[in-house]
Amino acid sequence: MTAPRVALMVTCLGDVFFPEVGVSIVRLLRRLGATVEFPPGQTCCGLPLFNSGYHTEARAVAARTVALFRDADNVVVPSGSCAWMVKHEYPGLMQDPALKKDALRLAGRTYELSQFLVKVLGRRGFRATVGGRVTYHDSCHLLRGLHEAESPREILRNLEGVEFVELPGADECCGFGGSFAVRLPEVSSQILAKKLENVEATGAACLVACDAGCLMQMGGGLRRRRSRVRAVHLAELLDGGGA
Amino acid sequence: MSQADLSVPFRQRAGSAMKDAFLQEALTIATTKFIGLRREAFGDFPEGEKLRDVAREIKEATLQHLDRYLEQLIDNVERLGGKVHFASTAAEARGVILEIGRRAGARMAVKSKSMATEEIHLNEALEQAGITPVETDLGEYIIQLAHERPSHIIAPAIHKTKGQVADLFAKELRRTVAADPEVLTKIARGELREKFLQADLGITGANFAIADTGTIVLVTNEGNGRMVTSLPRVHVAVMGVEKVVPSMTDLMVFLAILAKSATGQKLSVYTTFVQGPRRAGELEGPEELHLVLLDNGRINQLAGPLREALYCLRCGACLNVCPVYRQIGGHAYGHTYPGPIGILLTAMLSGPASVKELAHASSLCGACAEACPVRIDIPRMLIELRREVDETKIAPRTERAVFKAFGRLLTRPVLYRLAARIARLLQRPFVRDGAIRSLPLFFGDWTRTRDLPAVAPRTFHERWKELAREAPP
Repeated sequence: MTAPRVALMVTCLGDVFFPEVGVSIVRLLRRLGATVEFPPGQTCCGLPLFNSGYHTEARAVAARTVALFRDADNVVVPSGSCAWMVKHEYPGLMQDPALKKDALRLAGRTYELSQFLVKVLGRRGFRATVGGRVTYHDSCHLLRGLHEAESPREILRNLEGVEFVELPGADECCGFGGSFAVRLPEVSSQILAKKLENVEATGAACLVACDAGCLMQMGGGLRRRRSRVRAVHLAELLDGGGA
Repeated sequence: MSQADLSVPFRQRAGSAMKDAFLQEALTIATTKFIGLRREAFGDFPEGEKLRDVAREIKEATLQHLDRYLEQLIDNVERLGGKVHFASTAAEARGVILEIGRRAGARMAVKSKSMATEEIHLNEALEQAGITPVETDLGEYIIQLAHERPSHIIAPAIHKTKGQVADLFAKELRRTVAADPEVLTKIARGELREKFLQADLGITGANFAIADTGTIVLVTNEGNGRMVTSLPRVHVAVMGVEKVVPSMTDLMVFLAILAKSATGQKLSVYTTFVQGPRRAGELEGPEELHLVLLDNGRINQLAGPLREALYCLRCGACLNVCPVYRQIGGHAYGHTYPGPIGILLTAMLSGPASVKELAHASSLCGACAEACPVRIDIPRMLIELRREVDETKIAPRTERAVFKAFGRLLTRPVLYRLAARIARLLQRPFVRDGAIRSLPLFFGDWTRTRDLPAVAPRTFHERWKELAREAPP
């Protein structure tokens, strides 16, 4: 197999708040033999605009993202929600027929990280950067949007040096929901509190998720309650070494 | 807590609900139980997934020809001796029902649980017309005693603990009552038995009506539906027009998934088929049967953005799994229909402006769409409502300005990167150990309960140049 070419869509949260996740992904993919590109000029997928109902604005953001990634063979995204936006909403948003065609092509080539590792590269065995017990939170868009529950779990179950335990209520929302978290902060925080009680009950040292939004919410909540549990992106656990 | 005051902002209504310890206890117990029961019911029923698809197809096909099925239903109900009324609005529906009551000389009406009659605020109208409404579903009976309204589509008193119900009964009966569901049920049954015999009018909703047989179908668990439809002289069924199904075969598909979705039962305890009024030689049944077909904004949505909401079977599954509903319960929503589907139904009945806040009462987690027996894409329609609220300029001006500015920023990469650097400068006084614990203004809505990650010392964009150099040749 020739070296796969990957274009990284780092996303706005990944760029500004969690750059180490992007760095981990680049190094990991290179170790797996991929060529990694980073199309310059990328900003955000437009999901926050789209979900809040600002579709004209979301369309403009989506159109330039489609153009930026037009020549990519594979696009890897660290967040399930952004991957879902590209795959499920971009084609419908495009009005220009040529752009719509490009958007459909892009949708077919876009993958959330764990899906790309397991389903495209066929890699399941990784070494962990940390030891101990880990648990996993299903991000809503990854689980119910992209119907992906298994790929991240397959990686975590096979992860050397790590004990994977299921999180009770793993498939329940963490309360982030984009602007929801600040429009209804009290509701969002109570949903989060219940989630974090479940997390702490697992006795895990790391809470893993594949979405920067959930990690911002759950990580922020864990820090606030001075928990010893760390919220980490899957990529950060895998940085130690390729298969 | 009773029905919320709509002049209070939704965020505050939700906040009060979360401070109500009884409500919190009752909600957690009930929704967790419903979720588990539903999961088990479908777990034991591998055909379920396929049947949900079939049910959805039937709904879609029926709505395509709703006029035809309604005509067929009307013909068949009237052929059996019933009378059909069409009501465009809630006021029209109330008018029709009061007129029926007046002509029957009714003083008391027993009712079986019905969201359609809640929707048209029938009880108040009956009282004003001198007809005493008596709710005979246990949950409805409880909230009628408490002068409240349902807080859940199928479990109207879900917000009450058994202790609260016992107190309520004790106050009503002026004696002590044990907080034991069995005792409470027995008391209610004793009280109600008499009413069934006294009432002149029996009022029900309808879960389905079958076009090609003219049958009105009621699904209940307590048997009160049977009493209401057979003991009083006159039976009035109120039904949204979208609930017609073509045939008995179609009905079987819905019955196979309805109770499983609602309560996790294989079937509800009673499935009542009402086939016209009492015929000559029959010993029971009402002398008159009236079916009130209610439009109230539904027909408009046949070609509207909320069309899919017309598939709704009113099972309540989306409420039980909704993380927002599970925190705040039904009353905080402030309208007849709570929960995710309730937001859509409220918009259907009262227009998009009525849900400008509620359209955002969802994290769009998708649990509702997943639980819905007919797979209504509720999150998608919530986004659609948000779009409508934005485009018709119902959304607050500052919010619209912020989002539009954000949109401009995201299409200008140089500006976007500059903004990250400016944010990094501005955050300096607030950052401790890579995170922010407290921020002023509306940012505080985040930081009150959660740390906010600081803008990284170097963004990914800023790190890419050296990462690019690391690449193997």
